Amino acid sequence: MLQPIIPELIILITALSILLLDLVLKEKDILGYLSLFGVLVALLFAVSTTQYGSFFSSMLVIDPFVIFFDLLFLLAVSITILLSLHYLAVEEKVHGEYYSLLLLATLGMMLMVKASDLIIVFLGIETLSLAIYILAGYLREEVKSNESAMKYFLLGAFSTAFLLYGIALIYGATGSTNLNTIASYISQENLLTNPLLLVAMGLILIGFGFKVSMVPFHMWTPDVYEGAPTSITAFMSVGVKAAAFSAFLRVFLSSFPSLRANWVEILWILSVLTMTVGNIIAISQENIKRMLAYSSIAHAGYLLIGMIAGGELGISGMLYYLLAYTLMNLGAFGVVIAYGTKQQENVLIKDYGGMGFKYPLLGFCMSVFMFSLAGIPPLSGFVGKFYLFSSAIKEGYIWLTIIGVLNSLISVYYYLRITVLMYMREPEKEVTLSLASPALATVLTITTFFTVQMGIFPSAYLELARASIQMLR
Amino acid sequence: MNYLILSTITFLPILGVVILLFIDKENHRLLKGITLIITIIDLILSLPLFFSFDGSSSAMQFVEKVLWIEQYGISYHVGIDGISLFLVLLTTLLSAISVLACWADIQKRVKEFMICLLFLETGMIGVFISLDLFLFYCFWEVMLIPMYLLIGIWGSPARRIYAAIKFFLYTMFGSLLMLVAILVLYFYNFKITGIYTFNLLDFYKLTIPYHIQIWLFMAFALAFAIKVPMFPFHTWLPDAHTEAPTVGSVLLAAVLLKMGTYGFLRFNLPLFPSASLDFIPIISILAIIGIIYGALVAMVQKDVKRLVAFSSVSHLGFVMLGIFTFTIQGMSGGILQMLNHGFSTGALFLIVGMLYERRHTRLIEEFGGISKVMPIYATFFMIVTLSSIGLPGLNGFVGEFLILLGTFKANTTYAVLAATGVILSAVYMLWMFQQVMFGEITKEENRKLKDLSLREIIVLIPIILFIIQIGVYPKPFLSRMEPTVKNLITHVYNKADVRR
Repeated sequence: MLQPIIPELIILITALSILLLDLVLKEKDILGYLSLFGVLVALLFAVSTTQYGSFFSSMLVIDPFVIFFDLLFLLAVSITILLSLHYLAVEEKVHGEYYSLLLLATLGMMLMVKASDLIIVFLGIETLSLAIYILAGYLREEVKSNESAMKYFLLGAFSTAFLLYGIALIYGATGSTNLNTIASYISQENLLTNPLLLVAMGLILIGFGFKVSMVPFHMWTPDVYEGAPTSITAFMSVGVKAAAFSAFLRVFLSSFPSLRANWVEILWILSVLTMTVGNIIAISQENIKRMLAYSSIAHAGYLLIGMIAGGELGISGMLYYLLAYTLMNLGAFGVVIAYGTKQQENVLIKDYGGMGFKYPLLGFCMSVFMFSLAGIPPLSGFVGKFYLFSSAIKEGYIWLTIIGVLNSLISVYYYLRITVLMYMREPEKEVTLSLASPALATVLTITTFFTVQMGIFPSAYLELARASIQMLR
Repeated sequence: MNYLILSTITFLPILGVVILLFIDKENHRLLKGITLIITIIDLILSLPLFFSFDGSSSAMQFVEKVLWIEQYGISYHVGIDGISLFLVLLTTLLSAISVLACWADIQKRVKEFMICLLFLETGMIGVFISLDLFLFYCFWEVMLIPMYLLIGIWGSPARRIYAAIKFFLYTMFGSLLMLVAILVLYFYNFKITGIYTFNLLDFYKLTIPYHIQIWLFMAFALAFAIKVPMFPFHTWLPDAHTEAPTVGSVLLAAVLLKMGTYGFLRFNLPLFPSASLDFIPIISILAIIGIIYGALVAMVQKDVKRLVAFSSVSHLGFVMLGIFTFTIQGMSGGILQMLNHGFSTGALFLIVGMLYERRHTRLIEEFGGISKVMPIYATFFMIVTLSSIGLPGLNGFVGEFLILLGTFKANTTYAVLAATGVILSAVYMLWMFQQVMFGEITKEENRKLKDLSLREIIVLIPIILFIIQIGVYPKPFLSRMEPTVKNLITHVYNKADVRR
């Protein structure tokens, strides 16, 4: 009976055990390894799920889409745990609650993608968000961390209120919060122009828009990313975004497919704004965490292109892109973490001067990530963008593609700037790195390798993405 | 049986990179030695391409095709014909020469430099042999990174970063719009044939409606016009050439610029025939403006390298003019001139580089009377200058003559205007030569300059030999091009019956 949510239960039990063990154990590192172990066990169970269908009176659904995203989330959190093992040791702030909260956040994410009822979506979002609010403020002694947590909490709560209001209005219009019931009610009663429904859809769009950092709901992103501990920033930029997109896709494709003409128009404008604002403002950034924050805003814009285009190509393109993006962004943040110590954070872009020759391996990894984010072949970032742009052209959105392509060009400038600094300038100050730990080395190796491999031999991943959306519509 | 010769030639430099990774970065001799050996092996491997080439066929030869990304119909599909054959050979020859040329020049970060060079060689050859549009696009973009690094890291300290970024962004702008056009072509092909493929040879068979052709032609043309470079998209060139290290300039001028003209021949003309014919006036006029403008600006340059850079704009204007005459003479002349320009301008940059190595300045006023102290150098320099001008007996003349012949057939006015370009090129080249080499020795430092070393002579000899060979007996080259050119022209005229 509990079969479908075994991975979630494993995560939950691990999280609670860590909380308890934290009271007893002196050696906190073990908690990190324990959380990793829990995640890997959950991963095993998630992958071997065979039962598809609706569960818990149609509150949850298991289909290949769910499996793909569960894999993605668990992958993201395991890499984050590895990064955290290094980062927390460097910051000398190892507490069990950190890992526990990380796992609870993952629980929220996994719940979001399984939801076939709007209330469960809300539940998942809240579980995820509350954990992340606390984690953003983890570095208690730093003002920036506190500010980032406060900002995220206030703005997040505000936007979730929009979401909730939207859900309430949907209930008012259709009499149900179940995604499929809503869809059939809309087509049965022919509610396509019902104002209540359209307003509700808009409010839900705003709620999701905040979470994926769409313009104009993106203002929190740079400050929160800059202030939060870098390992949490990494997790936010990939995990939270992927989770938000998965729920976004599920809700809009399951419940509102008939209203497509309405929300596609709005998304077109939002996508263009998001890409452009993200890329242009990234150019003037001096702090690499802020630059990566604006870059992640821009990437949300590219992902929206896939949603606008729709169709098999568009949606599976988004899935591939999210996978590629997870790996390359986590890698980039990994390098940012590797490049700093507790005293000397080295997060200013100009600190990267001369890094390419002083620390060649690190420089090489960073170059791979920068080129991949910029969308240069033969890396995974290029294949992802290619996939998304093809889907747009197939459905006839030529102008959107041209704008997307020009935005890629703009982004090349600030990604390339990092390589310029790394290889073409002399180091301005003496930089000492924290000692490399096996955890960090593992992360960088895996992310670099797959960013290259997914780009040169993308077939298997494209096929995986395609297979994952089969039961979606 | 083609023994996968094209793939071997393309990816051998990557093997070289792998070998270099294991060598200690301080061991400069070994690093340079291995790179030299790899490029020479590559050159030797490419010779059979010339000798086994079937000069009577216009079809693709040495073809290799393997399915790569099945969902999209992307294959690893390569092959060469009469146009790309010479460009591949030019690339392998000049890469080998470049390694020898930069022996003394590069002292810092030799390992990374050699790795960049080898990557660049793979990218360059890959562009010329790709018959799958996705593969072509990958190689086209990949080739940008090593060139960008070469200019940005080893270029002259003054403005190398600016030049590198400008080069990268400008070129990428064109290629991104080309990507959109490639995708449109891909989906149009699916609409007509029901098959998802990026195979260029399949696209050749399409008859594309005129209104779509115009847009696609322009998108592709933009990318290639930036690369050629055609006026007014040429502004990245002088900066990139002057700030690049010698070897970077050589490869940029000799090979990378050819990709633009090659792109027109391989993509724009056969894929969009009606649009191509309609664009003849615009392209020809831009080409002529390029010829004359390039020459005039070259005349007033104080920096030798910048002068040669503008001469490239001028010379490639001739190539574009020749191609867009749609006559056998004009086109063959254009392709031959692509080869010739590779040799002459490549040699010019090498020669200028040799002077720079000695005096660390490129300003014309810093020189004067050099021929007195460096007679051997003066001889080589003279030969290359005359080749660039187009003196009969040397390679430049054959190309320019054929181009002008073709242009006369197509449009007399254009030919007359273009011919003035020949005169102008004589003016600035001879003036430059006179200022640098003849007259009295005005600066004391110039008295102590050493003449060419054996290595430098070996670097220049192959090019000089080709300059003379093509000038005196161009038949082996022209005969191999002819079927391909004839086929291209026939194809364009046949398919151009599609009108508005």
